[in-house]
Amino acid sequence: MQDFKMNDSLAPAMPKSWKVETKPHKFCPGCGHGIILKCLGEVIDELGIQDQMVFGCDIGCSLLSWDFFNVDTVQTHHGRTNPVIIGMKRANPELIVVGYMGDGGGYAIGSQHLFNAACRNEKITVILCNNCNYGMTGGQMAPTTLPGMKTETSPYGRDPIETGYPTKGPEMVAAVAPEGAYVARGTTANVRQLKGFIKKALENQMAGNGISFVECLAGCPTNWRTNAKQTWEFIEKDQANAFKVGELRVPEVKEG
Amino acid sequence: MANTIKIAIAGEGGQGVQSIAQILAEAAYDEGKNALYIPNFGVEQRGGVSIAFLQISDGQIGAPRFIEADILIPLSPRAVKRTQMHAGKNTIYVYDNSLIAEGEVNDNIVGMQYFDVTPPCPTADEANSDQQGDIVAGETKTCSFTRPGPGVDPADIPEVKKVIAIPANDIAKNELHPRVFNVIVLGAIIAATDVLPLDSIKKALEKNLGSKFTANPKLRDMNYTALERGYNLVKKAM
Amino acid sequence: MAEVSLQGEQRVFMTGNEVVAWAAIAAKVDIMYGYPITPQNEIMHYWTRLAPKYGKKFLQTEDEISAGFTTIGGVLSGRKAFTATAGPGNVLMQESANMAEMMRIPIVYVIQQRGGPSTATVIYSQQETTLTCFGGNGEGHRAVYSTANHQELFDYTIKAFNTAWTYRFPTFILGDGYQAKMREPLTIYDPEEKGMKLVAPEVILGDTTPGKKSVNIRNTYNTEEELYEVVMKLQKDWEAMAEKIVEWDARGCEDADFVIVSHGVVSRAALAAYDQLRAAGKKVGVFRPITIRPFPEMQLREAIKGAKKVLVAESSYGQLLKMVQNALYGETVELVPFLKPGVGITSEEIIEEYSKL
Repeated sequence: MQDFKMNDSLAPAMPKSWKVETKPHKFCPGCGHGIILKCLGEVIDELGIQDQMVFGCDIGCSLLSWDFFNVDTVQTHHGRTNPVIIGMKRANPELIVVGYMGDGGGYAIGSQHLFNAACRNEKITVILCNNCNYGMTGGQMAPTTLPGMKTETSPYGRDPIETGYPTKGPEMVAAVAPEGAYVARGTTANVRQLKGFIKKALENQMAGNGISFVECLAGCPTNWRTNAKQTWEFIEKDQANAFKVGELRVPEVKEG
Repeated sequence: MANTIKIAIAGEGGQGVQSIAQILAEAAYDEGKNALYIPNFGVEQRGGVSIAFLQISDGQIGAPRFIEADILIPLSPRAVKRTQMHAGKNTIYVYDNSLIAEGEVNDNIVGMQYFDVTPPCPTADEANSDQQGDIVAGETKTCSFTRPGPGVDPADIPEVKKVIAIPANDIAKNELHPRVFNVIVLGAIIAATDVLPLDSIKKALEKNLGSKFTANPKLRDMNYTALERGYNLVKKAM
Repeated sequence: MAEVSLQGEQRVFMTGNEVVAWAAIAAKVDIMYGYPITPQNEIMHYWTRLAPKYGKKFLQTEDEISAGFTTIGGVLSGRKAFTATAGPGNVLMQESANMAEMMRIPIVYVIQQRGGPSTATVIYSQQETTLTCFGGNGEGHRAVYSTANHQELFDYTIKAFNTAWTYRFPTFILGDGYQAKMREPLTIYDPEEKGMKLVAPEVILGDTTPGKKSVNIRNTYNTEEELYEVVMKLQKDWEAMAEKIVEWDARGCEDADFVIVSHGVVSRAALAAYDQLRAAGKKVGVFRPITIRPFPEMQLREAIKGAKKVLVAESSYGQLLKMVQNALYGETVELVPFLKPGVGITSEEIIEEYSKL
């Protein structure tokens, strides 16, 4: 995972961009958010953008990241994180803005905003935690809930005939965003790759190319009612089968 | 207003405070009494302090929450501190004087949008089979949120009518079984309130856990033993 | 879940959210649309579990705006439909409620108030009173029932559908997080078995009879004068409904020199305080609007006639008080506000307020 040695001295395990006073963090044991935000924290450190960054979080478990970073942060309303950071970026293009949300904030109530941000190729970076349910409110169905998966509002298992198949968010963004977009899907089961995607996403914004979007497959053992072994199985098998991991859009390399 | 008994139970998330209150409320209701039970809210749910407010009456019950409790039962050192505002001159105070400290859970979590979830223990292989089931079929697998420690500081105990200390946690851990901790407390509450017969709790336990008792009759014995242990502990002290 | 059914009268012990689900089934509602937001999530949880057995439908929409409009759709197609929400979700539901006001669509919303404004707390408040009565860019031509206990939650949820389908104004059940989460006994029943009439829904759009005349409805108008006529007609119909549906509860006001005014769950504390003070020989009265829209203005004026002071207790900063002041315009009685936004009120506190005065 992280490099313990940097310049021949023992590096701290916690990213510098993390706010120490709010650790240990409040996410559940086994939650994917902690892993994603660790990747993001390390990337912020490596790119040295802590001071130029604004971090926006949504409602849901992403809300718990409101005091997570040593970075200016705004906790918004459900689904409205993208409009808020878009508003900031357009008013002050020097900022590097990151929107952080879950499957509800990105693909349900926030879907119109994500879609339009993609169409307009907003120069923002969106990181979305996909754990196939609405965790914070007690485990209701999400757009990304898998067929047959039991949740509080699909107690007999999600019926795809009635409620459709899991939403493919990165595919949607990839389909509509103009040239310059960076779109990827990573997984907390492969942290090195995930961190790489997040880094490229931020670099894409810094280069002013267009929208950058990274979906992260993540675990929610609390609402999945799974133990550690079952949680990883779900992420590595069930989620990975339903949601293809990899880069979907990479900007064209501009010649000299 | 007819005689209304106001009971407040508080403990660490995972200790089963809400289960106790719920069983009591149902037992009272089954006995033909009026009962109102409301779980506490706020940010203290992820392994932090959990409070249940229960009122039992022969007549109408007013507001769902109250300030001064007739019976106040804090079950952890942190719960003792947190419930001081519910103690008054007429309160009967039953606390757990086991030598425990609560789990190091910083329960000031800004942003909780729900409050009924105690996160499962990530290292548990099996479910706790005697926890109240959730609406969705699936067992809760909770960790213990207490560890050995100095216990309650007597200086934290407020001015009340009567103080009774019971080492429910220790008894559960050392003599009976950790999972019947809250049943010991149930017995203690019945003895302290005198508002319900012990049998009504046995009936309520049967109703809630009957199927598990049938599958494993030793569970029934263990629960009833725990119930009577708690009951006798307090009855002697009253 | 306990073995509960609607056969005969059954005494049950359940949370308010579960009560709402059962009431909707009792009222023969066909479909619910909704979106998760605490503290009303369990209405959906119970509804989805009961749905197969009772032949009910459900969709979790992408947000509350959609939930409101899909519910309108359900209603337009001639089915009994409802949705439920709280707090920020209620704000979003106003869009659909607006349209329902203008177009006289019999939609039912169940609101379980939480702290406000914005995300605030998931717990409780009475801070959505104004929003539920007047949210939207109109005159608030709606019916709002403010319940105080589970029996009312059951009875009035059933009544809400009758009110909506009879008078064709959006109808709200205004509960709160305490009612949603607390457990208390009530009697559930099949209303028709008890001889209560359930107003049948009618197809508004989508009568598929061949050769029928098409129905075209709209909510847009061209001129000021035209709109004036429309809104005045809404007002007239609303006033006619108001006369018939206004409800309130007043006790001990005839000889009271101190009247406590409150609504919803706070009225339980007021009632308990009233009982205690009367038992101590104090001349206290309580007044509680059950419909806060239409507000029982005449009845309140009557109730405070002999009083010297009127205590207005609410878990918001003046939303009920405004309605009381509006109703009592011209009266000289002293209004004493007891305003605790987002916080529950106990009978002990009301009694203390009384002793201070």
